[in-house]
Amino acid sequence: MSPAPPIAIERLVKIYKTVPAVDGISFTLAPGTVTGLLGGNGAGKTTTIATIMGLTTPTSGRVKVLGAEMPRQRYRVLHRMNFESPYVAMPMRLTVRQNLTVFGMLYGVDDLARRIDEIAAQLDLTELLDRQAGRLSDGQKTRVALAKALINAPELLLLDEPTASLDPDTADWVRGRLERYRRERNATMLIASHNMTEVERLCERVIIMKRGHIEDDDSPGKLLARYGRRTLEEVFLDVARGRGVETEAAQ
Amino acid sequence: MSGDAESPLSFSPRRAAAMMLRYWYLLRSSWPRLADLIYWPTVQMITWGFLQYYIMQNAGFFARASGTFIGAVLLWDILFRGQLGFSISFMEEMWARNIGNLMMSPLRPLEFIIALMVMSIVRLSIGVIPVTILAILFFGFNLYGLGLALVAFFINLMLTSWAVGIFVSGLVMRNGLGAENLAWSIMFLFMPLACVYYPVTTLPHWLQPVCWLLPPTYVFEGMRALLIEKTFRADLMLDALMINAVFLAAGTLAFLALLQSARRHGSLMQSGE
Repeated sequence: MSPAPPIAIERLVKIYKTVPAVDGISFTLAPGTVTGLLGGNGAGKTTTIATIMGLTTPTSGRVKVLGAEMPRQRYRVLHRMNFESPYVAMPMRLTVRQNLTVFGMLYGVDDLARRIDEIAAQLDLTELLDRQAGRLSDGQKTRVALAKALINAPELLLLDEPTASLDPDTADWVRGRLERYRRERNATMLIASHNMTEVERLCERVIIMKRGHIEDDDSPGKLLARYGRRTLEEVFLDVARGRGVETEAAQ
Repeated sequence: MSGDAESPLSFSPRRAAAMMLRYWYLLRSSWPRLADLIYWPTVQMITWGFLQYYIMQNAGFFARASGTFIGAVLLWDILFRGQLGFSISFMEEMWARNIGNLMMSPLRPLEFIIALMVMSIVRLSIGVIPVTILAILFFGFNLYGLGLALVAFFINLMLTSWAVGIFVSGLVMRNGLGAENLAWSIMFLFMPLACVYYPVTTLPHWLQPVCWLLPPTYVFEGMRALLIEKTFRADLMLDALMINAVFLAAGTLAFLALLQSARRHGSLMQSGE
């Protein structure tokens, strides 16, 4: 029997009071793939990711993660996945080592001291281990958040704007580390991002959302060809402004 | 991992210890947090201690009732600080915008609650033990002289403080930090009805049954019986224990319902106001 797909979403609907944040989306991710989730503000990306992590309950539809239905069966799989976002902070008064110790224990990581040293070396954090997380620069904080996200060597990694507010050099460095992690662990990644350069570099598949719907879903190359554009940013703008593929045909 | 380990009801001492360690690191990292634990109980005990000293010199009944005010102050502090210690540890996660990280980790609600309970005892010990020693030095009132009765009072007050703390934490998780003030003020709702400084018979008849629905009422009545009549009322303590079991179960169920509601409303991703 083949293993369950890392993420399988069927007709997911999430309505907050009367506002539909996600309106009937379906997609499945194959193991070891990197998928970008694109969309403007309010497109439903964060709600989709929150539902995958079991932080929100679907109004209707099904979300299965590594074979477990979310959020009902979340404890079957939460130790096999992790999440990083600059918008979900790490406790600022704790040192980097203390933070990683706490999260390592929560995720049941064996030989934790060795794992912290290993991940600190990989993410260039060794010198920062005994500094308070709140005293670090934005770039350093992002690396710490990434270390937390990788502490349990997750099979499924969810990233929300992983390089937001980083300078181009640090952002490039972070992307390099993510590529390496995916290669080494054959991990599956879902990346919500507004950064098209990042998506073009990391993702072999792009899902474009708009107002809670999936507007398009394909590889970057096929999207570029279909919209007749040279960059994903242009494709994104076409979708966001409702120009779609018909415009290209009209031209 | 075994099937049991994947259950929502499974309990991992290591995960609970992780949370205790997290709060211990936090407490250790900030001397103002530590000072704050001791400051207010000390001020309160000294103020009420002098008041009692004055009354004792002027009223025969209160001379017999030696220690009731200071005793009430110290026991009230156990109740209030116990709840505050629980709620503040929880709110540290909200202030640090860390609740999302915790709720997407394998941490179970029960492990989280146990860690918060343990930390409330730690915080209470840091705050109240030095004050009880000061009460001996300043006013000759030895809280530990209550012996086994103190253990019964302490257990009942802690159970109430946890029940209220669990409920308030659920409200803050569901409604965001806009509900934070509840953590500081909710226990004062108990103060007039729990009859901290006066017997239940002082209140109007129609109000007295309401007072007897609150476990701390039994503790404060029990304390007065011990200090004034020199009688330990085990019956009061058992009644309080039974009501506390109901309070604790209700608090935990409310917390789980509010957590469920927070998942429905998407509150766990935003931990601001």
